[in-house]
Amino acid sequence: MSQNQPILRLAGLLKKFNGFTALDSVDLSVSEGEFLAIVGPSGSGKTTLIRLLVGMDEQTDGTIWLRDERLDTVPANERPTCMVFQSLALFPHRTVGQNIEFPLKIRKVDAARRKERALELLNLLRLPEHYYDRRINECSGGERQRIALARALAFDPEILFFDEPLSALDYRLRKTLEKELKDLHQRTGKTFIYITHSLEEAMVMSDRIAIMRKGQFEQIGPGEEIYARPQSRFVAEFMGEVNLFPARPGEGAHAFEGLAVDDKAAAQQGLIAAEGAYLMVRPEKVRVLEEGERADFTTAGTVHAGYLLGSRRQYEIERGDQKPLIIEIVQDGSPPLADGARVRLGFDAGDTHLVERD
Amino acid sequence: MDALQRRLGTLYAVPAVALLVLSFVAPLLVVAAFSTMPQGVFSLLHLPDFSAYGTLVTQGYWQSLLWSLFMAFAATVILFVISWPLAFGMAKVFKRFTLVLTIGVVLTLFVSENIRLFGWVLTLMKGGLIDGYLGAWFGGGLEGALYNVPVIIFGLVYVYFPFMLFPLAQGIAMVPDDARQAARDLGASRWQILTEIDLPLSAPGIVVGSLFTFVLATGALAEAKLLGGSAVIVMAAEVETAFTYGQDWPLGSALSMTLIAIVAVLAIFTIARIDLDSIMGRRG
Repeated sequence: MSQNQPILRLAGLLKKFNGFTALDSVDLSVSEGEFLAIVGPSGSGKTTLIRLLVGMDEQTDGTIWLRDERLDTVPANERPTCMVFQSLALFPHRTVGQNIEFPLKIRKVDAARRKERALELLNLLRLPEHYYDRRINECSGGERQRIALARALAFDPEILFFDEPLSALDYRLRKTLEKELKDLHQRTGKTFIYITHSLEEAMVMSDRIAIMRKGQFEQIGPGEEIYARPQSRFVAEFMGEVNLFPARPGEGAHAFEGLAVDDKAAAQQGLIAAEGAYLMVRPEKVRVLEEGERADFTTAGTVHAGYLLGSRRQYEIERGDQKPLIIEIVQDGSPPLADGARVRLGFDAGDTHLVERD
Repeated sequence: MDALQRRLGTLYAVPAVALLVLSFVAPLLVVAAFSTMPQGVFSLLHLPDFSAYGTLVTQGYWQSLLWSLFMAFAATVILFVISWPLAFGMAKVFKRFTLVLTIGVVLTLFVSENIRLFGWVLTLMKGGLIDGYLGAWFGGGLEGALYNVPVIIFGLVYVYFPFMLFPLAQGIAMVPDDARQAARDLGASRWQILTEIDLPLSAPGIVVGSLFTFVLATGALAEAKLLGGSAVIVMAAEVETAFTYGQDWPLGSALSMTLIAIVAVLAIFTIARIDLDSIMGRRG
């Protein structure tokens, strides 16, 4: 088995519901041991995709391959994959131990071996061994997450799917579990495919992120790459606060709405104002210019509102009838910008990125 | 606040308790008292006399008791098996059709049980509907369809069908879909989903449906009389006879008490064994 062969491959996977195309002929390769996050707003097709992957639904067209074997023709209960449900779907009439042992019991593993494995998994998930005899309804939300995970691991799947299992938890617990999950991925070496609408969650945990939009993959790549070089406005805006300046091709080769530009610097970076393109700059790359200070791109506006974000302070800068500019300044002890103050802003061509389409 | 709620709770329970005492416990006590009345005395002021219970054993009334229990048990088991698929469909598969089915089944209850059973007698009897058609078409007839134990059990199954179907559908509706899907995802076959998920999680419905049918069928009278002729004499028939033709109130009461005691023990035992709250995974 070569490391390069993908463990999972989708080819032209299509799913229609009464004429509505939920999944539009997607292709995807996932390599062995990868942690892939599939992110998208609701209705983007990510839930449809995972339902096809685990066999809860049947595709209209296309194929799913697990290494060299067709997966989509295999019934759900015979697929060597497993899913952690959004609702967790723990069995309320069984104890913690019985829940974890369920897949082993199904395979008729003997009771002693089952218990041994369940205790191993309790340890792996950092749950005390006496939880073995607990009832599910005596466990907290975080504990239930771990039990659901232990149950899925007991199945020993080739690929472990997650359908937004953390979405119902409070922020602190979610953060803790995100890290635990990443850690667990490293320790088990299994392939994880994680569906979420939270980009933050995807960034923290995954090796690669696939952004879904209208039933298709809009962009697939490592988190850093998607953050720094989004291919579309949709991805750029999905990946957090961003400033986008529409191109004005009629006004010059490097003209973007509301910006004064140093043509030479822009040309060097290849920032061509093509029709439909946007110039993107992240809020933390924009700086407030001193009197006479220069930058490759400059603009001016009025400070409208300031928000403290812990180590940084974010401001909205009003610029006439254009979209307000968002900037973030590291808190270094200097006084905050006053509301209504007139500021000149600038950023360098090297800190920008050209987004080619909507 | 807590104390107030408790007081209110007690107050709210008063009407129901009063009604139960007057209409259920009191008659029961009267029957219990009658059952220990010496024969021919006809007064409640006497020393208890348990000879009626002795008669129950010596005169072979236990046979009727066993027949009643056996036929009720058989009817309950058959009802469970035939109702399960339909109840499952009503709870999980049929959508609007569930309502149609519910109305259809409930409508049958609008016609008196005896009339419906007479309908079956006319259908099954010699020279009746089926026998007549079979004779006209094939020359052969339907011999001995009535007046035996299987036809009594059939009658019980027919009459108590709704009492099993609806609680069962209710129980199955409580099984969470995601638990079924998760079990399947974890490798369970259809049979394993049935035994590991569906049956245990719909246990409250199964218990309620089975108790309804069993308790009602144990005390059933009309099925054995109308369909069964008098192939076997059921307990309820013995009670009726003792009170009416026999004019032996102590014996009738003793028979009733025995039946009530057996059914009560069974019911309490079953309900106590099954912890409804834990089955439903109710949060504390």
